[in-house]
Amino acid sequence: MSSPRSSSLLAWPAAKPSRAGRPAVSPEERRRTRLKRKLKENLTAYGLLCAALVVFALFSWYPIVRGVLLSFQQVDFVNAPTWVGFGNFTRLFEDPLFGVAWRNTLLFTGLALVFGFAVPFLTAVLLNELRHAKAFFRLAVYLPVMLPPVVTALMWKWFYDPGPGLFNSALGAAGLPGGQWLDSSTTAMLSLVFVSTWANMGSTTLIYLAALGTIPGELYEAAELDGAGLWKRLRHVTFPQTRFVLLVLLLLQIVATMQVFTEPYVMTGGGPDDSTVTVLLLLYRYAFVYNDFGSASAMSLLLFVALGVFSAWYVRLTRKADQS
Amino acid sequence: MSSTWSRTVSRRTLCLLAAGGLALSLTSCGDGESTPAGGKVKITVTGQPPTSQPFERSVFDADVKEFEASHPNIQIEPHEGFMDPKTFSAKLAGGQLEDVYYVYFTDPAQIIARHQAADITEAAKSVPHVNDLKPELLDNFRDAGGKLYGLPTMNYTMGLLYSRPLFQKAGLDPDKPPQTWDEVREAAKKISALGNGVVGYADYSKNNQGGWHMTGWLYSMGGDIARKDGDKWVADFANEKGKQALQYLHDMRWTDNSMGAKQLLEAQDVQRMMGAGQLGMYMAAPDNVPVLVKQFNGKYEDYGIAGMPGGQGTLLGGEGYMLNPKASPEKIKAGLEWIQWKYLNPDRFEKHIRQYADGKQPVGLPAEPTPDIWTGAVREQQLTLKAKYANVPAKNFQSYVDTTSKIKGSIEPPDAQQIYAALDSVMQAVLTDQNANLDQQLSSAASKVNSVLAQVK
Repeated sequence: MSSPRSSSLLAWPAAKPSRAGRPAVSPEERRRTRLKRKLKENLTAYGLLCAALVVFALFSWYPIVRGVLLSFQQVDFVNAPTWVGFGNFTRLFEDPLFGVAWRNTLLFTGLALVFGFAVPFLTAVLLNELRHAKAFFRLAVYLPVMLPPVVTALMWKWFYDPGPGLFNSALGAAGLPGGQWLDSSTTAMLSLVFVSTWANMGSTTLIYLAALGTIPGELYEAAELDGAGLWKRLRHVTFPQTRFVLLVLLLLQIVATMQVFTEPYVMTGGGPDDSTVTVLLLLYRYAFVYNDFGSASAMSLLLFVALGVFSAWYVRLTRKADQS
Repeated sequence: MSSTWSRTVSRRTLCLLAAGGLALSLTSCGDGESTPAGGKVKITVTGQPPTSQPFERSVFDADVKEFEASHPNIQIEPHEGFMDPKTFSAKLAGGQLEDVYYVYFTDPAQIIARHQAADITEAAKSVPHVNDLKPELLDNFRDAGGKLYGLPTMNYTMGLLYSRPLFQKAGLDPDKPPQTWDEVREAAKKISALGNGVVGYADYSKNNQGGWHMTGWLYSMGGDIARKDGDKWVADFANEKGKQALQYLHDMRWTDNSMGAKQLLEAQDVQRMMGAGQLGMYMAAPDNVPVLVKQFNGKYEDYGIAGMPGGQGTLLGGEGYMLNPKASPEKIKAGLEWIQWKYLNPDRFEKHIRQYADGKQPVGLPAEPTPDIWTGAVREQQLTLKAKYANVPAKNFQSYVDTTSKIKGSIEPPDAQQIYAALDSVMQAVLTDQNANLDQQLSSAASKVNSVLAQVK
C-alpha cells in the first residue's frame, strides 16, 4: 500500500482550479505567454545579438565554411570550382617543404614554451616580490607589447645585423666575436624565439601578476613561519595556487605560437636554408605567391584540426588531473 | 528544451550562413555594367603611377585625356598601382579586377593556366606593329597551343650595375667594367679592400629574389633552370653549370670576403647599400638606375651598367598587360586599343621622349621612356630618337647595350615565382653557411622544383 502522499505524487497532476471564474489556462499556453513576455523584455538585446551574429556569420563563419570547402576544390575564380577530393592534401604531402614547415613550427613552439612560459612567470614572481617602484617596473615590462609586431621585427632585425647591428657592435666593443644570428640556420630560429618572447612577455607577465595577486598573504606567512625558503614557497604555495592560470596560458601559448608568422615573414622570409619556414609562412606562400587557394585552405584545415585535437586532448587531460 | 534551442540556433546559423554566402556571391557578380548600344565603352585600366611619383602620374593622366579625345567612343577609368599577387585573385573573385591589368613576366603562365585572362589571339591581329615586337616576349603571353593572352609593354635584360666612384677609388677603370665572373670577383676583392664597411658585390637571397638572381647566374653561365622532357618540364640545374655558379658565390662570400657579412638581402637592401655608396656591384637591369638616383639623391654619372658577365646568356624579364576574361568583346577591343596607343605606339615615340626630356627625366638609358621591346626598323627608329634627346651619359651604359644585343636572352622559367621560392634556400645556404654542401643543395632544390614543375600545365 502506498501512502496518500506517495499516491498523490504518482498521480497525474490535476489542473489547478481556475481563479474567480476565469477559464482554465493550459500549461502550454502559459509557457507561450511567458516566452512572449521574455522576448519582449529582451528585444533590444536580441536585436543587438543578431547584428553581431550577422557580422560573425559574414566575416568569421562563412570564411571558415568556405575554407573547408576550398580544401577539396580547385578554384580559378573564373569558372566554377572543381572538386579534387584529397588532391590538395596530396600536393601538400608531396611538397618537401611541408614536413620542414611542421618541424620548424614545432621547434618554434617548443623553444617559445621554454622561454615564453618560464621567463614571464619568473618576471611576475620577481615583480610580485617588489616593495617599491612596482608600477614603473610593470610598465617597463609591458611597454614592448605596445609596439606593432612589424616594428618590433624590423627593430630586432637591426639588433641582429651581423655588420653594424647592436648585438655585434656591443660584442665587438667588449672584444668578443659577433654572431651570425639570423644569417645562420643553426641560430635563426632561436633568434626569432627571443624576439617573440620579448614582444609578448608583457601581457603574459601581467596575467601571472594578477594570478599571483589573488594568493592569500597568510599562506606565505604560514610558510615563512614554517621556515620555507623562496623555492619551497614557490613550490608549495605559488605553483598550486596559480595552477589553473598556468595551465590555461600554456594552452593559449601553444595555440598562438603554432601560428607564428610575422617574425619569420619580416625577418628571414623563411631562411636561411628553409630553417624558419613555418606552417603559416608556407600557407601564405601557397595562397599569395602560388595563388593556389585550395592547397592553402587544405593546409589551414590541417592546422585547425591539429590544434583542435590538441586542445581537446589538453582540456580532457587537465580535467582528469583536477578530478584526481 | 535545449534540443529545441540548439535546433533553432543551428537553423538560424544556416540561414545566416546562406544569407552571408548569398550576399558575398551577389557582390562577386562582376561589375554588372553592360555597355549601352551605341554609347561609350568604359574600361578600367591599371598602371596609373601613384601620386608619390608626380612626373610619371602627370604623363599618364595627360595620356588618358589625349586618348579619350582621339577615341571619343572609349572612356578610361584609370586605377592606381601595378600587379599585386596578394590581391589579384581576391579582386578577380569579387569582380573588382580591372578590364586591362598589369602583369610581370613571371605570372602569365599561371594566369593562362587558370583561365584568368581573355584570349586575344584574333583581336590582337589588328593591333598595329604587333609583329615588330620581340617574338620571345610575345611568347611569354602564349599558351602551349600558341594562343595569345596578353601583350608585352616593357622588357629588361639583366646586367651588372656598378658604382663608378668606387671603381675609381679601388683603382679600377669604370669605363672598362668586368666582362667575366673572374673579373667581377677580382674587382669585388679590390672594392671591399677599401674598408669602412664597403661591400664588393651583393646578391639577393630572400622573398623569391634569391631564386630570381640564381636563375640569372645560371643563364649567364650557359645553364638553365628547367627544360622540356617530352611533354613534361623538369629541373635542369643540379649539374656542373649549377655548381659552378654557386661556387663563384661561395668563394666571393667566404674565400674573398667581398660580399659583406649581412645576408638574406632583397632588392631594397641592396639598392640602399648602393645608394649609400657602400656597394661596388650587383646584378640588375637599367631600370634600377633612376631608382637609385631619385631615392638616394644620386647622380646618373655615378652609375654604370655592364652586360651580364660570363657572356653566355642573360635573363629577360619585364611586364605587360592582359585582359579580364569576364570583360565583354567591346571592352576587350577598347582595352587593346588603349594598350597599343599608350605603350606600343612608334608614332608617339618622339612625343613621349620629349615629355621625359622636358620633365628633366633620364633619357638615353636602355629603359624608360621607351623600353627595349622592339625589333627591326622600329627599334632603329627608337634608338635614333633616344640618342637625339639623351641627357644621361650614354657611354656609361654602352657596355650593356653592346652585350645584350649579342648574348642569348632567356625568359623566366614556368611557374617562376614558385621555383624562385624553392631556389631562395640554395642562395641562402651558400651565402650563410661556409660549409654548405653544394651538390646536396642543388639536388634538394631540384626535387622541390620538380614538384613545382609537375603542376605546370
